[in-house]
Amino acid sequence: MREAQTPIVELKGVEKRYGDGPLVLDNISFSAERGDFVTLIGPSGCGKSTILRLISGLNPVSAGSIVVDGMEPSKAVERLAFVFQEPTLLPWLTVSQNVEVPMRLHGTQAATRTETARRSLELVRLADRMDYYPRQLSGGQKMRVSIARALSVSPRIMLLDEPFGALDEMTRDHLNEELLAIRQQLAWTAFFVTHSVAEAVFLSNRILVFSANPGRLHDEIRVDFPYPRTEETRESEPYQRLVAEVSKILRSVERLKA
Amino acid sequence: MSAPGTGSRFSRLARNLLPVATGVGMILAWYAVCLGLSADHRFLLPSPREVAQAFAEKGPTLWSAALSTGSGAVLGFGMAVFLSFALALFLSLSALIRASFYPYLMVLQMTPIIVIAPILVLWVGPGLGSVTIITFLICFFPMVVNTTQGLISTDRNLVDFFRMCKASKLQEIFLLRVPAALPYFFTGLKIGATLAPIGAIVGDYIAGNSAGGQGGLGFLTIVYSSQFQMGALFATAAVGCLMGFVFVAGVVALSWLALHKWHDSFSRSDT
Repeated sequence: MREAQTPIVELKGVEKRYGDGPLVLDNISFSAERGDFVTLIGPSGCGKSTILRLISGLNPVSAGSIVVDGMEPSKAVERLAFVFQEPTLLPWLTVSQNVEVPMRLHGTQAATRTETARRSLELVRLADRMDYYPRQLSGGQKMRVSIARALSVSPRIMLLDEPFGALDEMTRDHLNEELLAIRQQLAWTAFFVTHSVAEAVFLSNRILVFSANPGRLHDEIRVDFPYPRTEETRESEPYQRLVAEVSKILRSVERLKA
Repeated sequence: MSAPGTGSRFSRLARNLLPVATGVGMILAWYAVCLGLSADHRFLLPSPREVAQAFAEKGPTLWSAALSTGSGAVLGFGMAVFLSFALALFLSLSALIRASFYPYLMVLQMTPIIVIAPILVLWVGPGLGSVTIITFLICFFPMVVNTTQGLISTDRNLVDFFRMCKASKLQEIFLLRVPAALPYFFTGLKIGATLAPIGAIVGDYIAGNSAGGQGGLGFLTIVYSSQFQMGALFATAAVGCLMGFVFVAGVVALSWLALHKWHDSFSRSDT
């Protein structure tokens, strides 16, 4: 996976404030290699979602620099896909039309769009729901459509902002496994924001722990369990030990804030 | 999930019959009041039978008056739909634009129609033109306000998603903001639909053209009230009311066509 030496995403001394507001991010530097699954974790207000917005080019940095696949973020938009906290589906479009939206906005031909949408929906195992409207789906299914929509542009980098936060634990565990299985096939680099330590340890090979007010990079933990990871990984003792360890770091960071 | 037992069947039957029963009861009460009136006051309230008679006698007149008023209402309402949509699109572009135009929209809404009407008669002459413009003026404001509100209330996350996809401003407006505003648009349309027939009748009353028997319901109101034809007046009111129902039913049907597949207000589980 690491054929290239240059990192696919690199942040150098990034600062962010909105308008005249307080500093949200202070001197953030890290980089990710192709194929990394990087999870950003930390107390609320540590700016982890903001980092995703900066990498996506949705908001500009106040100081420092971000390079995405050798470009500045706003130029790299076709290499990126974003999955929001909520499914953010258009309720007046069918599942398949929703998946087609990014391609439609980029001017892809209709025939290609339909075919790509069908393949993306197969990946999240919702090909039989193509003609449903979002309101006919469960919360977990909506989130899978949202992921299919992100996959439809064949991104090199997936930015996922706490996508499973609103789901029950069973569905969340299940979708975590599905997400890793899809990544096994498509090999994108992932940046994943979550509040759940268990989820972070299960998914990632690198966990970045942030402290808040302003957001600073506090610690990095490497997770060396081999992929593919399954239910067995979750039950293994090293996994549970690592979850406990990361939880401890997170608690110490939260005390730092208080 | 209630079983289709006799209980629920009875309650469904009752729900369908009750409105009819209420109507019959009201007509009976009406009869009773008529009979209770002393002979010299009886002319004040025509009996249901007299109203029905007036319908039979003046049928053709009422029909052509309804057509005349109806065309004013349709034209004015249609004009309001298109212009309110166009103005709402413009107003939705920025808060600055809204701040600079809203006060004058209010002025338009606050000016009494009864004062504007004679001015219109002088400008465009009495008849369909004036009636159309008066209907338009009455419907326009609630429709602009609702549609604008819809266009600026798009889910923030969806807008971010479109910007992430590098959507152009036009794509953002027509693929996202306009469809998301449809429920608001139809709310405005429903308010407008109840106002349009009233606007047209008022317009016809003040600015109608009665030459060559082209008078609308407003003109008939003037004629029948000056002749104390109470039965005919009641029949005219009923025609106006019916016209309002037709308008609202039309808009409700349109809104059902546009929204029932996806909008929560039509989801079956809620009823």
